[in-house]
Amino acid sequence: MDTGRIHSWDLSTGVDGPGTRFVLFVSGCPLRCLYCANPDTWHMRDGREATVDEVMAEIEKYRGFITAAGGGVTVTGGEPLLQSDFTGAVLRRCKKAGLHTALDTSGFLGARATDELLADTDLVLLDIKSFDVATYRKLTGGDLAPTLNFATRLDRLGVRMWIRYVLVPGWTDDPEAIDGLAKFLAGLGSVDRVDVLPFHRLGAPKYEALGIPFPLRDTRSPAPELVRRVQEQFRAQGLTAV
Amino acid sequence: MTATVTADPTRAAEAWRGFAGTRWQERIDVRDFIQANYTPYEGGAAFLAGPTERTLAVWRKVSSLFPEERRKGILDVDPGTPSTITSHRPGYIDRDRELIVGLQTDAPLRRAIMPNGGLRMVQNGLEAYGYRADPFVSRVFGTYRKTHNDGVFDAYTPEMRAARKAGIITGLPDAYGRGRIIGDYRRVALYGTDRLIAAKRAERALLDARPSTADVIRDREELAEQIRALGELTRMAATYHCDVSRPATNAHEAVQWLYMGFLAAVKEQNGAAMSLGRTSTFLDVYLQRDLDEGAVDESRAQELVDDFVIKLRIVRFLRTPEYDALFSGDPTWVTESIGGIGEDGRPLVTRTSFRYLQTLYNLGPAPEPNLTVLWSPRLPAGFKDFCARVSIDTSALQYESDELLRPRTGDDTAIACCVSAMAVGRQMQFFGARVNLAKALLYAINGGRDEMTGEQVAPAMPALTGEYLDYDELTAAYDRMLDWLAATYVNALNVIHYMHDKYAYERLEMALHDHPVHRFMACGIAGLSVAADSLSAVRYGRVKVIRDATGLAVDYETEGDWPAYGNNDDRADALAAELVDSFMAKVRRHPAHRDAEHTQSVLTITSNVVYGKHTGNTPDGRRAGAPFAPGANPMNGRDRHGVAAAALSVAKLPYEHARDGISLTTTITPEGLGHHPDERAGNLVGILDAYTASGGFHMNVNVLDRATLEDAMQHPEKYPELTIRVSGYAVNFVRLTREQQLDVISRTFHGAL
Repeated sequence: MDTGRIHSWDLSTGVDGPGTRFVLFVSGCPLRCLYCANPDTWHMRDGREATVDEVMAEIEKYRGFITAAGGGVTVTGGEPLLQSDFTGAVLRRCKKAGLHTALDTSGFLGARATDELLADTDLVLLDIKSFDVATYRKLTGGDLAPTLNFATRLDRLGVRMWIRYVLVPGWTDDPEAIDGLAKFLAGLGSVDRVDVLPFHRLGAPKYEALGIPFPLRDTRSPAPELVRRVQEQFRAQGLTAV
Repeated sequence: MTATVTADPTRAAEAWRGFAGTRWQERIDVRDFIQANYTPYEGGAAFLAGPTERTLAVWRKVSSLFPEERRKGILDVDPGTPSTITSHRPGYIDRDRELIVGLQTDAPLRRAIMPNGGLRMVQNGLEAYGYRADPFVSRVFGTYRKTHNDGVFDAYTPEMRAARKAGIITGLPDAYGRGRIIGDYRRVALYGTDRLIAAKRAERALLDARPSTADVIRDREELAEQIRALGELTRMAATYHCDVSRPATNAHEAVQWLYMGFLAAVKEQNGAAMSLGRTSTFLDVYLQRDLDEGAVDESRAQELVDDFVIKLRIVRFLRTPEYDALFSGDPTWVTESIGGIGEDGRPLVTRTSFRYLQTLYNLGPAPEPNLTVLWSPRLPAGFKDFCARVSIDTSALQYESDELLRPRTGDDTAIACCVSAMAVGRQMQFFGARVNLAKALLYAINGGRDEMTGEQVAPAMPALTGEYLDYDELTAAYDRMLDWLAATYVNALNVIHYMHDKYAYERLEMALHDHPVHRFMACGIAGLSVAADSLSAVRYGRVKVIRDATGLAVDYETEGDWPAYGNNDDRADALAAELVDSFMAKVRRHPAHRDAEHTQSVLTITSNVVYGKHTGNTPDGRRAGAPFAPGANPMNGRDRHGVAAAALSVAKLPYEHARDGISLTTTITPEGLGHHPDERAGNLVGILDAYTASGGFHMNVNVLDRATLEDAMQHPEKYPELTIRVSGYAVNFVRLTREQQLDVISRTFHGAL
């Protein structure tokens, strides 16, 4: 598809894949994670229409910079696979232009990613919100299974993965669930690393601006010791955790 | 032209043992010496040594004086002895332990007075800190000896005075030393002063046959003064038992001789910036020879560098509190340029380049010396990685593009002050501070009346009268106003530098330059992003004018969605680039003192706060009194797409028309460089490579948390060393005024959310 709905774009370093990257935020997400930092990207209708050509023209302005900086392009959201045709078209054009490509997704709509789309993706940043089915549902409003299926498929296709695990005290710090996830990931050869991301409340002002209650308003960021413990749990399974 | 003089063969033979090359032996040419003898180093930082007990003892002794100095403003001053190269007896921090000796006065941190620049500055400086001006000094410089400041005000026109008072031309070095002249202090070590004096005599002799016109007479007199200053340097060094009349024979002497040259300069001149040059790779030749001869080990090599840097950290001048408020803290801009690539493609990185950076670990972070890395994507990976790690750990480095410098000023270029490039020993500059482009735009709207006072400062021109600003009308009026401003500005600078040459000539610094020297007239602009955004608002949005009863435009209502400079959006960025281009063209139309080549900088140092204070409401929506963005930065909070987009906007400003430098200050949170500490250095290297490859010139890199700065405001005692980069140099955060601290914190933090 030639047009999609996008929220914004940004340049970031070291947080959305390797190096300095052009990060495209597309609009719309099927999940409603309690800790979501970007509630302004939930609805496709809130985005603005943009053509693939427009997006590529913007990326082109940064091509020299992001190439020299060892970066690339990351498509994130929202959930970029909600508009999988548009996302696939952007990834394809970037790949053709010789740029490193990354897809940042929850995997919930992994079935919408065609093999062609994945062939154009150098790296998937896969958010696994919890390894406990009930917690996953409470936290996101969706099912865990599609994400795990997607991870298995990516492994079969040999697509490199960085797993993102947001650590929320009281929600995703259960040692058993983390051990389960670590064992599952250890069986996937194409997982290069696991990023343990401490929960933060920096998205709270957006909720206020949108007039939506922020469900985790009173939840604190995890203590450094807790972050270390969780990293160690992943490392214990032979994974690279940072 | 450099005169050829034969060296004393026996002295030179020992001092120059093992050195290759001949050209530099026949004439004064330090670059040739470096090229013929240096050993590029392509490895990593693993070889470096930590501080020795001796180093730490000396550093502890002198740094224990800092808290009292910070509390009182100055630790001590000698009010009765106008400083000259030989005015003070030798002073020491810890005579038995110091390896490199020499202080500006007879005690560490005791300041000297330098009334040649202006007597009132000295008197105000003394009184501000509770000292009485010395009656004899006041009589001599008030009655018998005219100062630079007196001379300037004899020759200023009423228009120049009015522009200065209104702050549309500002920061002019008319009451203080202009600085930004880098003596080639390496010459003292390589040749010794006897040889340098002989070369200067030969240069002077070449003028004998020339007709005695005013220019030739002045050159002869200046060369005579240079020769005299070299003699004074020799005598001053002798009081420290250093015979600098002969070349240095080993690394210890090389560091010491070089420092003696620099010390003589800071005894003679209270220049706004007293920069060091490009010394690390020069000294490495000596350190490497001593290492090869087994005379020193790595620990000793590092000790010599550490001890030298301790001395550079305690250079002090007596200035007024207002001056310090303008420039933040007590800056001396002892800028040292490190790294770069040679014209033959070999990196100019040596082990001593690493040793200089290592001082930030061995002695802790500090703003001085102002360590400046000449960056190129072609620098060795090990050096790039170390620079990035030092930046992340200390925020004490700045970066300038070697790729822009080398083709223009060669591979022996050094930075004076923040961003001003010169070929060491061959080029000098007349420092010209800057004009306020944002205020000039308001003058264009108001027909030359000042928006804060209502006074007619510029010649009366028709004011804009429409309810809304019209872009074509505005740019036409602005163009006329900038014509006037450029003329008034360059002519004021000519007055200043004529008088500075006459009454406060830099004898010693100029003795360490070739004759004749290439001169730059270094103009500058402030308020670029405010002016560009205002033009953008008028062109792409709508700006309604609000006038007071006298018809003076005092406020604006800005509507619409207009592009702001700093988002890599050509519409706004082109407006900024055109301003740089067109103002430079206007400046070039006015002949400069001594046929200097015109340049300009886009730099504010920390005075962006003060300039903002003196500028009314602007059409971009900025409120009266609010700070400008520093240097060439986008306005605070208006760059919405991260550091790379902002950097690319700044990189569009044409260096060809801002050869005195374009400054960008970035502040990134550690997380903003990568989730994991190990990947942050690599990502910062990527940003610097990409910025340089995109044509960017200068970048200050702060890696800091907002929370750290806020805590430092509350508890300054916990952060005596917290160093941050502002415009072209570094300051102790806790020494900033509260206003400046708030400005730094409110600046865009480029961190990931």
